[in-house]
Amino acid sequence: MSRAELTEERASGRPGAERPDGAAAAGAPARSRAVWSLGLFRSELTITFRRWRTLALLAVLAAVPILVGVAVRIETSDGGSIGSGGGEGPAFISQITNNGLFLVFTSLAATLPFFLPMSIGVIAGDSVAGEASAGTLRYLLVAPSGRTRLLLAKFTTVLVFCLAATLTVAVSALITGALLFPTGEVTLLSGTAIPFSEGLLRCLAVAVLVAVSLLGLAALGLFISTLTNSGIAAMAATVGLLITVQIVNTIPQLHAVHPFLFPHYWLSFADVLRDPVYWDDILKNLGVQALYTAVFGSAAWARFTGRDITA
Amino acid sequence: MAGQTAASTTDSAVISTRGLTKRYRGGQLAVDALDLSVPRGSVFGFLGPNGSGKTTTIRMLLGLIEPTEGGAVLLGEPMPRAARHVLPRVGALIEGPALYGFLSGRDNLLRYDAADPTADPATRTARVGHALERVGLAAAGSKKARAYSLGMKQRLGLAAALLQPRELLVLDEPTNGLDPQGMREIRSLVRELAGDGITVFLSSHLLDEIEQVCTHTAVMNRGRLITQGTVAEMSAAGARGKLAVTTPDTAEAARVLKERGVTDLVTEGDEITGDPPAADLAELNAALVEAGVRVRAFGVKRASLEDVFVQLTGEGFDVAG
Repeated sequence: MSRAELTEERASGRPGAERPDGAAAAGAPARSRAVWSLGLFRSELTITFRRWRTLALLAVLAAVPILVGVAVRIETSDGGSIGSGGGEGPAFISQITNNGLFLVFTSLAATLPFFLPMSIGVIAGDSVAGEASAGTLRYLLVAPSGRTRLLLAKFTTVLVFCLAATLTVAVSALITGALLFPTGEVTLLSGTAIPFSEGLLRCLAVAVLVAVSLLGLAALGLFISTLTNSGIAAMAATVGLLITVQIVNTIPQLHAVHPFLFPHYWLSFADVLRDPVYWDDILKNLGVQALYTAVFGSAAWARFTGRDITA
Repeated sequence: MAGQTAASTTDSAVISTRGLTKRYRGGQLAVDALDLSVPRGSVFGFLGPNGSGKTTTIRMLLGLIEPTEGGAVLLGEPMPRAARHVLPRVGALIEGPALYGFLSGRDNLLRYDAADPTADPATRTARVGHALERVGLAAAGSKKARAYSLGMKQRLGLAAALLQPRELLVLDEPTNGLDPQGMREIRSLVRELAGDGITVFLSSHLLDEIEQVCTHTAVMNRGRLITQGTVAEMSAAGARGKLAVTTPDTAEAARVLKERGVTDLVTEGDEITGDPPAADLAELNAALVEAGVRVRAFGVKRASLEDVFVQLTGEGFDVAG
């Protein structure tokens, strides 16, 4: 990211001297040229995280682990085991009573199919289209933010939100798990026991991996966002597409396209909990996300830089 | 004409377009071969009915819309290619203000300033404060923008255009939605800015606004430039002044005036208007008094831009279809 912005800056880099009378440049010392790239990005972050909508999404995400933890606690308070009521819950739910750390994995597994990507869809879909429908896009562009620079700032912000959303779930789950259940040595899926500290590290790895899993959707949402002047339409289209893809992903007859769907390897993060770590699906997941990011990121760029801004 | 435009581009013209054309995807021609030249230091009134292509032109000037044909040169550099170097020197208000309702007025300006890569972050707070003061919003700066009235939003939009020292201000309908007091304040602000040597490009559909504030003007209708020049030239060339006589004795007055060669007489209430003859108007007045006509008022009305407009377009000042 920073490298991309630096390149852009260098490409643009014919500073003050070129201006005939330098009214604007004279006041700006050379030092400010080095930090400007961060200015828009910082502003973008503030704008995103000061919205009530963003905070509400994060609050919902933080509530999921609490709900799951409390439910498991209540169900097992009489000494019974999980699932005695019949049916199965999300992955790892039966391990929670042994180790609160597993609430992190359970919560991520529970929110990854829908809650997490939906919140990404809302933020990514709204990123450009929301500014267009509010009319603020034209003022940012004549400021001039530069179209590539604005798009990069938007995309980076969506990525930061991906990480923030995932960490919100993970941290909320970790706290709830530690409060309601015992902690200690973690028994991995492969049966090996590792110390709690290493368990925490794996937790962090899983959270980062989940955040990266959302990259493809983030790029897709950003692209959709450049297609329309309506923030609501872009959000709805992104979330609608997510649901459609998730449905396609469950239809066995369509297995030929499954490996190319962005959510197909989402649950591969569980492989981090093996010893040794089973990399196959994790790498495939990263590959798919990289592919989606490259394709839809370029499409968003091509569309946004070539488009007439009429809103 | 084209050669003259090209020659003036480098030295005096702040905005200059050649054959600027925009055809939208539906095939509708929004702007048709526009040759516009805005001299440095002028207050330039860009006039035309709603839907005449003013806003499309402004968006092309600012690099928001790609022209289908032709090009625009802003402050000596081609748009939209040089947008990065040109736009920091241009302040703009396009089709009304647009704000983040959940941010305070001050935070809105901080946001817009952060979008400008040439803006120095060290002086940001001070410049924002100064801009708020300039438009009279210093007291309301920490209020959420969603609670602003339309007039306050308009002022905040203007403040955003004044965040940096500018060479050119492009103001699209800046007095829209303001009360008469607000309109007067904006006009005096525009005059003040022009006094600082900033070129102001002002679009409006309010003829008297252009007449009050502008030194130069161009008239657009149905995507085409009908005329451009100084406001004085336009009023002079467009239509000669009308003679107007106010009197209770209209019938007698009309007879005398007709006798003395006044043509095109129209009586409306107690006022008679007509095209005056070449003769001395003092003689005309003496003749009226001699004939026993009680004259309340006697004078020549200057042609207004509206008269010029109607004369140029041959139609009313209505929305283009």
